[in-house]
Amino acid sequence: MNSPTSTLPANSLPMGSTAGNKSTPPKRIARRLPVQKLWPMWAIVATQAGVLVVFVALWEIAANTGFIDAFFWSKPSAIWSTMITFFSQGDAFTDIAYTFRSTILGFVLGTSVGALLGMSFWWSRNYALIMQPYIICLESIPKLALAPLIILVFGMGLSSKVAIATALTLIVSTLTAYSGVQAVDKDQEKLFYSLGASRWQVFTKLVAPSCVPWIISILRVNIGLALTGSIVGEFVSSQHGLGRTILYAGSTYEIALVWVAVIVLSALSIVMYIGVTWLEKFLRKGVVH
Amino acid sequence: MTVPKLSIENVSMVFDTNGQEFVALAPVNLEVPAGRFISLIGPSGCGKSTIFNIVAGLQAPTEGRILIDGQDATGLIGQVGYMLQKDLLLPWRTVLDNVILGMEIRGTPTAEARDRAMPMLQRYGLAGFEHSFPSKLSGGMRQRAALLRTLLVDMDIVLLDEPFGALDAQTKARMQEWLLTLFNDFGRTVIFVTHDVEEAIFLSDDVYVMASRPGRVIDKMPVDLPRPRDRSIVSTPRFVAMKKYCLDLLHGAAVPETPPAPIAA
Repeated sequence: MNSPTSTLPANSLPMGSTAGNKSTPPKRIARRLPVQKLWPMWAIVATQAGVLVVFVALWEIAANTGFIDAFFWSKPSAIWSTMITFFSQGDAFTDIAYTFRSTILGFVLGTSVGALLGMSFWWSRNYALIMQPYIICLESIPKLALAPLIILVFGMGLSSKVAIATALTLIVSTLTAYSGVQAVDKDQEKLFYSLGASRWQVFTKLVAPSCVPWIISILRVNIGLALTGSIVGEFVSSQHGLGRTILYAGSTYEIALVWVAVIVLSALSIVMYIGVTWLEKFLRKGVVH
Repeated sequence: MTVPKLSIENVSMVFDTNGQEFVALAPVNLEVPAGRFISLIGPSGCGKSTIFNIVAGLQAPTEGRILIDGQDATGLIGQVGYMLQKDLLLPWRTVLDNVILGMEIRGTPTAEARDRAMPMLQRYGLAGFEHSFPSKLSGGMRQRAALLRTLLVDMDIVLLDEPFGALDAQTKARMQEWLLTLFNDFGRTVIFVTHDVEEAIFLSDDVYVMASRPGRVIDKMPVDLPRPRDRSIVSTPRFVAMKKYCLDLLHGAAVPETPPAPIAA
């Protein structure tokens, strides 16, 4: 017990002795690491389907028993039959294509022009500093508030919807690409210059590839923003599109048709997300390992 | 006398921060003959990296000139090979394409550059990793790739800034031997920066000892150990005496006038 190397203070008692030891030993907490058991995939999917079925059934029953007002909320069976009529008319596909086209065009324009603008700030610190307040101003404007003005300028056609979708995505892309530019490793730049590189070589071989992950990060956000832009454009004034369908159905109390358009829009949105995920993978292949 | 490969003439660096002068580098004079391996050792803040940046043309000296083969190269980039402390391999390029970066920047067509680099990778310990991405490589291998990238630009002068600083002791020893092989094969003029006195003596022909506040060179110690050098040389009395001398200088316990007497080999 009293080993010569002991560093215990003189008044402390040897371990194990309880004589005169007033303090009780600290309470041990016996707790196991919580472990979550994962369900098999089929069980997850079955439960997901079950929730949907129960939800739809409850909605149908509530509407039929008068618990909710079917005039305002419509009901699944009515939505289903409206869906069939909607797709049996030729307009459905024109509308879908219209909204799809303006969303994609706005997405591509806003993302690419924004990314190029953001990366262009690498070229000159002075230019970047001069542009900064304008970019911040543009970012703070609620772009959707400009929709009526944009419709006036670009007309009722497709170009105004594309313009709104572009306005929503452009500045976000610019700022993200600029953050990417600022995050370029200064030592990496030093290495390029020590090898005698020109500005253009540094830009194409270092800055642009370094920005790709940043641009990828904005793609998903942008596809959602572009879709919002197109629909708002159609709300304000349009002769085609799913947004116009919703507005028209709402004003004529065809609530089932509102739901149909919303469901179709969600499906469209999912398709575009899948497209963007594929695009991401494609871009990522070039720069991330 | 022949023209030295590299001369650093009266190079100084003074920063002006809020009206206060800060001397990062007091005037330094240094001459490196072609084909020599020299090391700079010193505490952090002694201006080692500043010298490198000035020689590489990445920073303009407050005063002084850099001469390469007797020609003024002050402020010119792309005149020397410069390897920074980090490997700085581009994560989106394969090892092969990283190694040819310098050649590519200098306008060598990609296919030709790859053809030149391929045998080098195989010969210098990167065989089988030519088409791997840097993330798959160990620290030592990444440094090898970075060093080959520096050597493949065909510059006579190579600046190495603590290339092995982040490696474990065993890898470091292996890399030092590998570097000596390369030095032998390529016959470049090497300037090596390190904090590691043993490393500096083991590798170099001359060791320059530096001090900080202000950054300056306080002594030049020739290392007259025969090459090729075996690892066992580090425990010879001559080596130990040189190491002690450098350490004493670094810690301010010795004056530059008393280098250890050469021992007849």
